[in-house]
Amino acid sequence: MYPIIRKSILAPSITRFEIEAPFIARKRKAGNFVMIRVEEGGERIPLTIADSDSAAGTITIIVQAVGGTTKLLCSKEVGDAFLDVVGPLGNPTPIKNHGAVVCVGGGVGTAELYPIARALKDAGNTVSSIIGARTRELVILEEELKEISGNVFVTTDDGSYARKGFVTDQLKDLLDGPSDIRAVYAIGPLPMMKAVSKLTAGYGITTYVSLNTIMVDGTGMCGGCRVTINGEMKFACVDGPEFEGHQVDFDELMMRNRTYVDKEKISDAKHVCRLTGQLVPDRVRKEAAS
Amino acid sequence: MTRINPLKPSERMKIPRQEATEQSPSKRSINFLEVSYGFDEERAIVESTRCLECKEPYCTDGCPVGIDIRGFIQLVLQKDYVAAVNKIREANYLPAICGRVCPQESQCEAMCVLGKKLTPVAIGKLERFVADYELQHDLFRPPAIAEKRHESVAIVGSGPAGLTCAAELAQMGYGVTIFEALHAIGGVLRYGIPEFRLPKEILDLETERIKALGVKIYTNFVVGRTATVDELFDEWGFSAMFLGTGAGTPTFVGIPGESLSGVYSANEFLTRVNLMGAYKFPQNDTPIKIGKAVGVIGGGNTAMDAVRTAKRLGAEKAYLIYRRSREEMPARDEEIHHAEQEGIEFLLLTNPLRIIPDGDNWVAGLECQRMELGEPDDSGRRRPVPLQGSEFVVELQTVIEAIGQKPNPVIQATTPGLSTTKRGTVVIDEQQGTSRPGIFAGGDLSRGGATVILAMKDGKNAARAIHEYLTKSALKQG
Repeated sequence: MYPIIRKSILAPSITRFEIEAPFIARKRKAGNFVMIRVEEGGERIPLTIADSDSAAGTITIIVQAVGGTTKLLCSKEVGDAFLDVVGPLGNPTPIKNHGAVVCVGGGVGTAELYPIARALKDAGNTVSSIIGARTRELVILEEELKEISGNVFVTTDDGSYARKGFVTDQLKDLLDGPSDIRAVYAIGPLPMMKAVSKLTAGYGITTYVSLNTIMVDGTGMCGGCRVTINGEMKFACVDGPEFEGHQVDFDELMMRNRTYVDKEKISDAKHVCRLTGQLVPDRVRKEAAS
Repeated sequence: MTRINPLKPSERMKIPRQEATEQSPSKRSINFLEVSYGFDEERAIVESTRCLECKEPYCTDGCPVGIDIRGFIQLVLQKDYVAAVNKIREANYLPAICGRVCPQESQCEAMCVLGKKLTPVAIGKLERFVADYELQHDLFRPPAIAEKRHESVAIVGSGPAGLTCAAELAQMGYGVTIFEALHAIGGVLRYGIPEFRLPKEILDLETERIKALGVKIYTNFVVGRTATVDELFDEWGFSAMFLGTGAGTPTFVGIPGESLSGVYSANEFLTRVNLMGAYKFPQNDTPIKIGKAVGVIGGGNTAMDAVRTAKRLGAEKAYLIYRRSREEMPARDEEIHHAEQEGIEFLLLTNPLRIIPDGDNWVAGLECQRMELGEPDDSGRRRPVPLQGSEFVVELQTVIEAIGQKPNPVIQATTPGLSTTKRGTVVIDEQQGTSRPGIFAGGDLSRGGATVILAMKDGKNAARAIHEYLTKSALKQG
């Protein structure tokens, strides 16, 4: 069992957990992920490690409650424990001193981007950050990113905060601007990473993206996470999860990720009370099941 | 050797081979319960009387781990089932598993003298009977453990090779720790072999017996990631290590359409069902989706497991698509036979060419071509040759590829000095030793894809080699 040490709410539906996982905390590097199974009978889901503290033996994950499993996960409190946490998995993000870099985070992807931005800063880069969110209350980690970035730009789809528009609007301005940007790191929903990659391709700027795929084990066993990179089949869990954005077949991956949409609705509904719309506590579900 | 059976050999030869009762094909093809019920006591005794008690028992020569088969069958005849299972356990610590999944027909039973003219003794079913008898009556008592030794050994992977190696070393008195990447132990016995061939309850009980020997187990521990091999030596203080991480990385045929929704590797398909319990969705959260018609590509045991699982998940048509003929199929006869009984349709001498999409990114069909058999290839089997102009389309919505696995590369990539082959397998010597002193390997990691019992044989041999290695090291240090 992996106890929850701290929990905080970053935005509506976005929760930050510190979990006791000393072996993982020791080895974790920016870009690594863990597979988590919340409870018996649950799915294994991949989550990027947002931070770690090897002295305290803890790792941090930031989760948006979007489906059955993430809602269940986010309902857990300090004192509860997750059944299984395994990692650190995947290859660490390739960090080097490029000179000037832009880090682009979309939605909860900003949480995954943050440790990478910090590692890039530590490696000597001049870091600019762009945070994209649907609306004001979903903008996360703005203050934290300000501490490591010379500039932090925010865009919201609905214009409720900062610039109205998409991250690509802001990124284009930066690429057209005076600074000599050498690399872009983008993490967020697939359509966002696709748009960023398309934009930077025109400028010939190396772009790293982190792919979220279907995964069962996360260790190279199932091949569910297969993606086409430069025409070749790769497994996101062991060959990635980060790839050069210009080589990724995003359309294929977006289609593949729709495989279980209908099943996810069923699973989601199972965890939510039909009367109140609230998550049903474990205890009640277990009693109902027995 | 004394013969204990009062019947004359000629009388014994008149007794027909006993058959185990099974769930009927129509019933079992819609549930996940075990197919075979095994022998009851009466049948077990009758079957044991058929054994000729040969002076030189060839059956044992046919057993990769050298079980004293004649000895345990004599104990069955004497109705001392606990002594019988313990006799097996001297050579094989997992009898309830081997009694179910071993290919006895090509091993011990293939060597049985009775089989030359008649039918061989049902050794596998007898092994299963005594193991199940002990389980049902809760008669297991841990074997004696040798005096505690101060060295400890790390076992990487909890499949049949790792479990066997752990059991052997623990009985010799070593401190043993198993590291398993998944959340449950058993390796391929857990994620690969379906419930209807090896119930998880049996696997759980057998692994409890490994724990009863004082073996420590870490699940959720990916050696190479959570800690490297060198960290286990330097920081955890292990004196030797056995690598038994199997061949868990799926290979794909490499035909167009493999990224479509509805295409699975057999590994993913079976892992979802067996490890994650997707057949109980939505009670369990992990989903699986299959169409009305499912095609499994391959002819091995994994392909049989996948196609029979698809049928149980509700596929109206379940095809097994194999490019050679039935003769060349690597799957066990019993599995092929069971699959046929359950209504699996075999498309033999059929080679897949491309997976056809339906316009919404799902599978709609599989284009295949007919093959004929030509000259034997390197494997000794006749090479399939395409028949020009024989292309046809099988309408189906799910494709499962079961054409073989290769070893997971994580340990090899993170362990300096560990030699591997081009196929990704770890190079070993006759003593299961790798290119790194103190590191031993076996099972599918070094073989590249074999059977449970051969993995167990490697685990057993490695335990002996590790003992020898540690004894020598201790002598050197004086």
